[in-house]
Amino acid sequence: MADIEVETEGRNFTINFGPQHPAAHGVLRLVVELDGEVVERVDPHIGLLHRGTEKLIEYKTYLQALPYFDRLDYVAPMNQEHAFCLAIEKLTGVVVPRRAQFIRVLYCEIGRLLSHLLNVTTQAMDVGALTPPLWGFEEREKLMVFYERASGSRMHAAYFRPGGVHQDLPPDLLEDIGEFCETFPKVLDDIETLLTDNRIFKQRNADIGVVSQQDALEWGFSGVMVRGSGMAWDLRRAQPYEVYSELDFDIAIGKHGDCYDRYLVRMAEMRESVKIMQQCLKKMPKGPVMETGGKVAPPKRAEMKQSMEALIHHFKLYTEGFHVPEGEIYCAVEAPKGEFGVYLISDGTNKPYRCKIKAPGFMHLQAMDYLNKGHMLADIAAIIGSIDVVFGEIDR
Amino acid sequence: MSKSIPDLETYLLAELGTALTGSEVSFDALTLNAHAEQIVKILTFLRDDSQCRFETLIDICGVDYPGRARRFDVVYHLLSMRENSRLRIKVKVEEGGTVPSVVGVYPAANWNEREAFDMYGILFSGHPDLRRILTDYGFEGHPLRKDFPLSGHVQCRYDEEQRRVVYEPVSLTQEFRNFDNLSPWEGAKYVLEQETDGEGQ
Repeated sequence: MADIEVETEGRNFTINFGPQHPAAHGVLRLVVELDGEVVERVDPHIGLLHRGTEKLIEYKTYLQALPYFDRLDYVAPMNQEHAFCLAIEKLTGVVVPRRAQFIRVLYCEIGRLLSHLLNVTTQAMDVGALTPPLWGFEEREKLMVFYERASGSRMHAAYFRPGGVHQDLPPDLLEDIGEFCETFPKVLDDIETLLTDNRIFKQRNADIGVVSQQDALEWGFSGVMVRGSGMAWDLRRAQPYEVYSELDFDIAIGKHGDCYDRYLVRMAEMRESVKIMQQCLKKMPKGPVMETGGKVAPPKRAEMKQSMEALIHHFKLYTEGFHVPEGEIYCAVEAPKGEFGVYLISDGTNKPYRCKIKAPGFMHLQAMDYLNKGHMLADIAAIIGSIDVVFGEIDR
Repeated sequence: MSKSIPDLETYLLAELGTALTGSEVSFDALTLNAHAEQIVKILTFLRDDSQCRFETLIDICGVDYPGRARRFDVVYHLLSMRENSRLRIKVKVEEGGTVPSVVGVYPAANWNEREAFDMYGILFSGHPDLRRILTDYGFEGHPLRKDFPLSGHVQCRYDEEQRRVVYEPVSLTQEFRNFDNLSPWEGAKYVLEQETDGEGQ
């Protein structure tokens, strides 16, 4: 033991953020290197929620694989199912009836509200506001009841099926959704009065995590992350699916690409979603909600009591499942968090050969190091909040 | 969309010529098959060329075809927001072979390549940090390969006596049942056991 070394220069500090941290929005472990309170490097360790979804899907028939998609981004389950259904429908050439298309759009927008409400309010909580989550979650509760009334399940709906949706909506449900669309903008106004001009909220978010347009492209961003930076890119408009091309809605864009702009974009998007929902309610035609050709959809229960063929068909669909012609396809939807895509390879059997899930959050989270560099430790929470990560879809 | 898919196809075949091995159009999507060693050149061209502008990397993933000599496909999905078009590029690589990393072209490729390495064991040369990403620390094997069992090899639990998490060989009270519901009349290609025995002798 010689002379004691006197430390003259400051050392960098490495800390562990998570995996159990209320501001990590799930099981995220960040290894953060700090110089004082300034972030030098962030290394996200993910995979703590890895369930091998893609592997499991390879062992299931197409219909059995569908519910796995609810469990990816579990705050907007139906949007994920949608991408998978679209991929199957394109490969098999099944045409979805119009009523089902409207129902799908309606429920996709409900999913967008669910996701944005959660994100905006919890981000507010991360930076110190407690009331918005309480107000927002009250609305989420109503939306989840709409999920339940359509599918029987509040979250893991398995409601969108290849060929349409599982069941028709009860008539009073549409009225109730219409009523909700009337009252909901008022709640958004209330939340905005709490946040938009709030000094603390602004200080914590404005000029934090700025994404330039060039960087948004380089890092493969999508959804609110590119719109917040001023690019009017929305798959619902650019590559419309279902009936989005017939609906009238605006694309909100930000200016600075910081956390505050992304918050504003999300708020504006919720108002647009309400607009879309109202149009869906108005335009929704009567008719079947499932493809009627018998290719991927089971026959009616009543028919099964009478017809032997229908019974056989039903049995075949729920044991063997339907065959999807050989081919590969990439189908993407504008999920609340960005572009959610499914790359499906079929070998002609009843099970997918390969199903790659492209999750928007995966790309966003990988830019954590770029987004956080030079910010303060406390800003990490604000940035995680504003890139809107859910670990179900990142870890898959 | 400023360029139709056939136009884009002829343009790219002319421009990239020798770097490609072919192209196909299916379901309104263009796929280019390429030589693995040329991938950096191809992607740089596609990103920078004024008529392509594929500036967003959507996804990189592996696909396993155990029956093939060059077993793995690496599939790149690109998006051009300017031209509103998509493109898929595929390269083939054998087990243990390497594909040049494209992190230099798209920084977003970093985690995607790590995932392909983790899931399939595809090596990307020149990758700055080719670690596992989704699987557990100290995981062995590449789970998305077709020859990796669904139930895996190890399971872990907290051991009260040792006061730590221990890993053990996987043991299931009921074995995983992989139901085969394929109709023998449609598409199932079975090789019945007795038949193979008979042929072998």
